[in-house]
Amino acid sequence: MSAHTGGYYFAPPSKWPLVGSTALFFMAIGGVLAMNSIQPGGWIFLAVGFAILVYMLFGWFGQVIDESERGLYDKQVDVSFRWSMSWFIFSEVMFFAAFFGALFYARVYSVPWLGDMDNRVLWDAYNAAWPTAGPYFDTNPAYQFSTMSAWGIPALNTLLLLSSGATITWAHWGLLQGKRNQLIIGLFLTILLGVIFLGFQVYEYIHAYSDLNLKLTSGIFGSTFFMLTGFHGFHVTLGVTMLIVILARCMKGHFTAERHFGFEAVAWYWHFVDVVWLGLFVVVYWLV
Amino acid sequence: MISKSNIGSANTFGLARLVRLVNPVMRLGFLAIAGFATLAHASYDVNIPPPATGIASEIYDLHLYILIICVIIFVLVFGAMFYSVFKFRKSQGAKADVNFHESTLIEIIWTVIPFIILIVMAIPATKTVLAMKDTSNPDLTIKVVGYQWGWQYEYQQDGLSFYSSLATPWSQVGQPGVPASEPKGQNYLLEVDNPMVVPVGKKVRLLITSNDVLHGWYVPTLGVNQYGIPGFIKDSWFKVEKAGTYKGQCSQICGKLHGYMPITVVAKDPADYAAWVKEAKGKFAIKSDASVAADTPPKVAAIVDEPGKKWTLGELKQAGESLYAANCAACHQADGKGNPAMKAKALDGSPVVIGAKSSQIAILLKGRPGTLMAGFDRLSDVELAAVSTYARNSWGNKTGDMVLPADIKAARK
Amino acid sequence: MTATTHTADHADEHHDHKPYGLSRWLFTTNHKDIGTMYLLFGLLMAIVGGFLSLGIRAELFMPGLQILQPETFNSFMTLHGLIMVFGAVMPVFVGFANWLIPMQIGAADMAFPRMNNWSFWMLPPAAILLAASFFVEGGAIQSGWTLYPPLFTQSGIAGDMTILAVHILGASSIMGSINIVTTVLNLRAPGMTLMKMPLFVWTWLITAYLLIAVMPVLAGAVTMLLTDRHFGTSFFNAAGGGDPTMFMHIFWFFGHPEVYIIILPAFGIVSQIIPAFSRKPLFGYASMVYATASIAILSFIVWGHHMFTVGMPAAGQLFFMYATMLIAVPTGVKVFNWIATMWRGSLTFETPMLWALGFLFMFTMGGFTGLVLAITPVDITLHNSYYVVAHFHYTMVAGASFAIFGGVYYWWPKWTGKMYNESAGKLHFWWTTIGFNLTFFPQHFLGLAGMPRRIPDYALQFAEWNMISSIGAFFLAAGQIFFMITLYMSYKSGQPAKDKQWEGADSLEWTHLPSPAPYHTFEVQPVLK
Repeated sequence: MSAHTGGYYFAPPSKWPLVGSTALFFMAIGGVLAMNSIQPGGWIFLAVGFAILVYMLFGWFGQVIDESERGLYDKQVDVSFRWSMSWFIFSEVMFFAAFFGALFYARVYSVPWLGDMDNRVLWDAYNAAWPTAGPYFDTNPAYQFSTMSAWGIPALNTLLLLSSGATITWAHWGLLQGKRNQLIIGLFLTILLGVIFLGFQVYEYIHAYSDLNLKLTSGIFGSTFFMLTGFHGFHVTLGVTMLIVILARCMKGHFTAERHFGFEAVAWYWHFVDVVWLGLFVVVYWLV
Repeated sequence: MISKSNIGSANTFGLARLVRLVNPVMRLGFLAIAGFATLAHASYDVNIPPPATGIASEIYDLHLYILIICVIIFVLVFGAMFYSVFKFRKSQGAKADVNFHESTLIEIIWTVIPFIILIVMAIPATKTVLAMKDTSNPDLTIKVVGYQWGWQYEYQQDGLSFYSSLATPWSQVGQPGVPASEPKGQNYLLEVDNPMVVPVGKKVRLLITSNDVLHGWYVPTLGVNQYGIPGFIKDSWFKVEKAGTYKGQCSQICGKLHGYMPITVVAKDPADYAAWVKEAKGKFAIKSDASVAADTPPKVAAIVDEPGKKWTLGELKQAGESLYAANCAACHQADGKGNPAMKAKALDGSPVVIGAKSSQIAILLKGRPGTLMAGFDRLSDVELAAVSTYARNSWGNKTGDMVLPADIKAARK
Repeated sequence: MTATTHTADHADEHHDHKPYGLSRWLFTTNHKDIGTMYLLFGLLMAIVGGFLSLGIRAELFMPGLQILQPETFNSFMTLHGLIMVFGAVMPVFVGFANWLIPMQIGAADMAFPRMNNWSFWMLPPAAILLAASFFVEGGAIQSGWTLYPPLFTQSGIAGDMTILAVHILGASSIMGSINIVTTVLNLRAPGMTLMKMPLFVWTWLITAYLLIAVMPVLAGAVTMLLTDRHFGTSFFNAAGGGDPTMFMHIFWFFGHPEVYIIILPAFGIVSQIIPAFSRKPLFGYASMVYATASIAILSFIVWGHHMFTVGMPAAGQLFFMYATMLIAVPTGVKVFNWIATMWRGSLTFETPMLWALGFLFMFTMGGFTGLVLAITPVDITLHNSYYVVAHFHYTMVAGASFAIFGGVYYWWPKWTGKMYNESAGKLHFWWTTIGFNLTFFPQHFLGLAGMPRRIPDYALQFAEWNMISSIGAFFLAAGQIFFMITLYMSYKSGQPAKDKQWEGADSLEWTHLPSPAPYHTFEVQPVLK
């Protein structure tokens, strides 16, 4: 089917999937070796795997962008992209749900159970109040920690992400109305807000580790706090990366007012990351 | 083979009576299935063993009740299928009635009827669930702690605490490629050194937990199957109606010797039980020494290393004690004397333990191939250092030296 | 569906060119090639998993330890489960989906052919990681396929290999499912409305939704295991305020839908076969669709029935018991509909139909033991006993695998253009049915008598049924070697198949396409009335 003659575009044979699998294989081996402190093989495998992954991403997405720009994708392909992006975001929601579920379970079930009458047999002095590092770690002064106040940097970060949701919508209006400058400035502002957000997160982590003694190892509170915010931060990083790609494409003159699903997909993703943050802000920072 | 439950069963709208009526029929049916059961002494049990508690008896009846309903439905439904298979064959000239493929009425009927049957099933089940969960007002409370691989029973009122582990000699088990050197006894894998002893007719509440991984305290004839979850107390209860010995096994995979972790409960009449308690006080009394008192929490994560920390012998030994109890005592025993039944060597006075540190560390890390001594390299450096230091300086062992986390780290390379 | 001939497709044959050599398979974007690779990969993994199960059954032939060290036994048992679920059954069903969904909805290919290939090519790295974990220090994991901490946390380096393999498998499943959902929703031929789709497509559409919803949850669960192992978190450690039970909740939130992920496509295959050999449309098509959807929705609220012995509060036990019992309603509807399809039909009993009937009979037995296990008090006495092992093998082997065998025989003529040997197929069916029941029926009795699962050695009272079960297992395995030989012979020298091999088949692959199906099909979509 290499000779494409209109209609739905079905891709010809491609090496990229295999390249991607090779990358994952290397990264998995590297991860296993590195986590088990088998040096220096682990980091080498990880680096090689990551390099292959980046090569694959450039190659594969480059090809998709090229096909799109050559007009090979008709309306139906566009619909396929919309369905698939929606379901991809849904799968990400479920990924976060696992971690939110862990936090919910710990707060509502396991921690109160650990402090109940029956468990006095095991943990006679445990005060099961959130935040906690758990019945054993709480007894060790080395694990005493303070929590992050919601109304400092986290509130500021909420404002940043909400504003970035507005700027990307503003950029979208620009695209729809053919105002290229508005599009590019809007995207640039969105990226800037995302990067500032990430900078604040890094600052906040340093503050947590050095001033609050709040660490990944601080029992269930530290575990859920860093897992949720860290996983979210990773998604913001991905989102910013995708926004940068889209900005570069806009500056090259890609997309039209009618056809710009690449832009929209990233905007959806960005809004998704935004909404997750609101959930985080409420249950991780605010309702401590 | 099938024995009728005849003990204090809760009679849920004649359920037990129904079950008992049908029981002889079931028995015939099962006998037909296992028609060759009379051969030799072979055991072709086909049902839940005779229950020994009221709850187990309710479970027994409930199972039979559900099974009977299922069998009836099964016969009806597959009667229809086999009727079709024989009646509507093309080779018999059957013509397909292609218009018979939709009927809302039929769909509604076969949605509603099963729903009603389910409600009929759920009512007695609900009653039993609530009864099983009612652990209030016990006469006796026993704390059950699972270990890799054995059990510890702690009688809180009577001040007793002891370990219970496999009593079958390993010479009956054999090794891959090496046949067992002794014939298997009648209670092969189901016998323990120190059974749990309970009084007949008393409500016994179990506080079940674990010291390392998940275990399952499972005695089917008592109607109890409860995970021991490290760090959590979960409770269950039973009331044995008749003196006797009741056997079970660990039900949740817990590593290498999961299959060698039996449970035995001996129910005695109150007078015999009192006599047993008296005797047991001599062997199993909880020492008043605070370090081994019942309220010492098992250390799930006992000790953490900090870079540059200067360890003292006392610190390591203290941390090592609970680690020893968690990881070693099941075989080598709390007093370090070992357990000949498991071929677990005595550590007290062992040349390996009080000899060169390197050989002791090597065995801790790698285990002894061909024996049940597994490698414990899963423990952290500091945990291994602690347990090693503990063994070197406990009981009759007094080396006065300590193994440091750095020694373990070096040995791992 | 119109029964037009396939002249249009013959006219297309001049450009039925396909690439040759290894690169055809490595770089392919053709749904049939990818489907074939999935099927062969699944077969290979089934052989590996089957080998492990024979190791298990050989050790359990007699009491005492004869062949495997206890820790090796645990590894065999664990990897048997992981490989059969993630390596064999799921890929085989995805193989069916790849082959059939485009043909059944009149599409030329899957919506995202390149991603389709990636979904497949993620499997070999994951399989290599799992297989290699046997050979690293400490051996493969021993925790059972459920990966429960803290036992899993004790694993050696194999633990990390397993976690990362699960991550990769999860990514593969999510991409594959998104592809299927998109294909079904967007690439149907004109006139192929949702309620006209063959039931196999429907079941896969619903399965794909389930996969998208639960595979990420599994990924989250194993990620927490990983951080607990290496980065000092306390998700599943009570000392830090976590709870091992929390892992079970998250795992089974994935795990229960997962078992329906395995069985729903089987329902789909059976729903194709029974009407075809009854020469009559499927009875209650719409109610079958609704029943499938109900089963899928219910699967999200029943996970607790895997955990009745963890000591959850009475309210939790009752909720999960009632919800689980409810599943019997839509499942019953499906069984009744299949039987009603046969009622007043014109039945013949070629090999695929035998497998479908075997499925119906024995899967329903598995369903009934499932109902028995749904009753909380009964489950408590049977939990982690061989009764459970028997139950889920009746659903996984007599359920999923019987449907797979039926499907393979049913579509073999369409895939290869060759007929299998009918007598050999029937012999394989009876051989497997007898071997299967010999292996697994006695396990009900073992469980009722109180034999725990996952033990390498057992008390003497369990010896007789175990010996029968082990004999059955080897007999069953021998039958599968016979199956492979039969199919190989058919592939090499079978009689040519007819385009519409089955008189009663009415889906597009039979009515509109020749046998074997050309490399490219439906480049011009058929228009249905």
